[in-house]
Amino acid sequence: MIYPDSKIVLEVRGLCASVNGTEILKGLDLTVRRGEVHAIMGPNGSGKSTFSKILAGHSAYEVTGGTVMFEGQNLFDMEPEERARAGVFLAFQYPIEIPGVINSQFLRLTYNTVQTHRDKEELDPLEFDDYVREKMKLLEMSPDFLERSVNEGFSGGEKKRNEILQMAMLDPRLAILDETDSGLDIDALRIVANGVNQLAGKDNAIVMVTHYQRLLNYIVPDYVHVMEAGRIIKTGDKELALELEARGYDWVGAECKAASEAAA
Amino acid sequence: MSATLQNLVNQPYKHGFVTSIESDVAPKGLNADTIRMISAKKKEPEWLLEFRLKSYEAWLKMEEPTWPNVHYPKIDFQEISYYSAPKQKPKLKSMDEVDPELLRTFEKLGVPLHERMALAGVAVDVIFDSVSVATTYKDKLAEVGIIFCSMSEAVQDHPELVQKYLGTVIPSTDNFYAALNSAVFTDGSFCYIPKGVKCPMDLSTYFRINTEESGQFERTLIVAEEGASVSYLEGCTAPAFSSNQLHAAVVELVALDNADIKYSTVQNWYAGDEKGVGGIYNFVTKRGLAKGVNSRISWTQVETGSAITWKYPSCVLLGDNSVGEFYSVAVTNHYQQADTGTKMIHIGKNTRSTIVSKGISAGHSNNSYRGLVKVAPSATGARNYSQCDSMLVGHHSGAHTFPYIQVANNCSQVEHEASTSKIGEDQLFYFAQRGIDAEAAVSMIINGFCKDVFQQLPMEFAVEATALLSFKLEGSVG
Repeated sequence: MIYPDSKIVLEVRGLCASVNGTEILKGLDLTVRRGEVHAIMGPNGSGKSTFSKILAGHSAYEVTGGTVMFEGQNLFDMEPEERARAGVFLAFQYPIEIPGVINSQFLRLTYNTVQTHRDKEELDPLEFDDYVREKMKLLEMSPDFLERSVNEGFSGGEKKRNEILQMAMLDPRLAILDETDSGLDIDALRIVANGVNQLAGKDNAIVMVTHYQRLLNYIVPDYVHVMEAGRIIKTGDKELALELEARGYDWVGAECKAASEAAA
Repeated sequence: MSATLQNLVNQPYKHGFVTSIESDVAPKGLNADTIRMISAKKKEPEWLLEFRLKSYEAWLKMEEPTWPNVHYPKIDFQEISYYSAPKQKPKLKSMDEVDPELLRTFEKLGVPLHERMALAGVAVDVIFDSVSVATTYKDKLAEVGIIFCSMSEAVQDHPELVQKYLGTVIPSTDNFYAALNSAVFTDGSFCYIPKGVKCPMDLSTYFRINTEESGQFERTLIVAEEGASVSYLEGCTAPAFSSNQLHAAVVELVALDNADIKYSTVQNWYAGDEKGVGGIYNFVTKRGLAKGVNSRISWTQVETGSAITWKYPSCVLLGDNSVGEFYSVAVTNHYQQADTGTKMIHIGKNTRSTIVSKGISAGHSNNSYRGLVKVAPSATGARNYSQCDSMLVGHHSGAHTFPYIQVANNCSQVEHEASTSKIGEDQLFYFAQRGIDAEAAVSMIINGFCKDVFQQLPMEFAVEATALLSFKLEGSVG
């Protein structure tokens, strides 16, 4: 929801980045304030996922220009784990499997690590068990999730739920959802979206990266951005997403090109 | 991420100090006279000298094994000193009489010797180079009839037991290094659990090599009589030298009817530096004979040190319904090489064996599992389950598996499972994105990978092993 005079959570200016020498982001601008829900849409290869990984600090991507401020701090001065502790959360498109590491232990370690860095109390295993089971109800997860290895053998839907469970636990300031809708059947999509909606509030912000309009039926964005060739070329409200669904992406690029030619 | 890890991995080897104690060192080289000298110094009976000389004769005719998947320059056996003992008063009545310098060494090592020992409830037999320095808790154990002492003492005080069992599980002609050990072994531990006695505490030995260019050839013999049981722990460290030291130990276990022996090792010999210079050659022969019905031999090892490790703690399952177990974690980093595994020889009926091996290779190291499961025609109804998992860390390490299965009857069941995985950047990124730094992440992944083995270790050892593994691997990822 858009609040007047809300504080800026994320401010991206002229962000350029490359992977293996190929430039992917070419001057991206974006401002996100507390309380807002943003959707970033765009065709394959437009740089959406790259953008989310750069915010989280993946080492495979090299930032070649521009600035990103998170809550007034230079994001690029922070290691990936520091960003997470400060409240940057990325729900992965493909959550990685970690064989042998029990989910409950992993969840407790991440929870307690983040709590410690926020000067809050850690939970012992029993307290944590109560805490996490409560959060799991939000996502209609069965308790046996806790005893399995992290993401190992999880279905696509289970993996995504596990991501949103972590979001619920870690209470991020900025949550980036990278194609959280991919691989979800309609029931799982509803559950996951419902979880996200309950977590959205006036103190945090959500950036959703997605291909499809259908997620936006469940999580209604305040802003919809269209990304192409490494930049945001058009910004609108939720109606824009419906238009994209009906007409595809090509017209946005053409319109944008015509506008810049007219200006020249 | 890499910079901090780099610092962590570059931490020096924690146990790499030399204690300046005057040692009684034999001149380098090996011949029949050296062996007579060792035997005389130890005031050994005639039969033992004969055992040594026969072993030496056999050794002369043997060839160094070349089949392990390890590479090193040829060892000059005449360049090694075969006896090194700290010089001190001949007999020790209490810990107060032990050289304080020696005690400080153990303190540095973190060996919980005197008071701390009592709290930990562990009896320790400490082997320094080749001579056992002090055995704690001896009296308390003696009350229930358990003999726990150095091999030298056992030879003096219980020659009949030593003679009855020495070399019966691993004959002196078994292999090149076992023959060498049988010829020149200087000390080690001896443990005898009488009929029906459950050893009331974990028994523990701590080995340390202190002298450059000295070999350590310790000999351990554990006998559990009918219905007896014992859990034995062994830890190993060595100071850092730029030359390679040879460690060729022999460990024999004998379990009679319904007896149970559990043998756990945490091996952290000096592994050489990050360029592969120096380090211990750990060429060890360990074998347990499950001689009686329903007997059980269980090996658990955590191998993290040594430039080269070559060892296969094995079980000969002779008694009907006997059980053999092998749980192993082997970690190699930098230029370490390990060729390790086990042999399960099923002879008795309905014998069962379990093998769980976890190999972790980092840096430029090479880690091989080599295992034999052999089922004799007599071993009807035998069962084996083997699981060999390898984990690669980084891009330059190697993992190899050499399983051998020989089954000579048609009513046995043998299962083998294997897997290979890798700690990847993406896993570490996932942890980082949840606020967890690389160090804690590696530790959690490794513990998850090794938990089937760690849960077999006694509590104190499990904690130590966990810390040791994280320490070994920090900096090899990222």
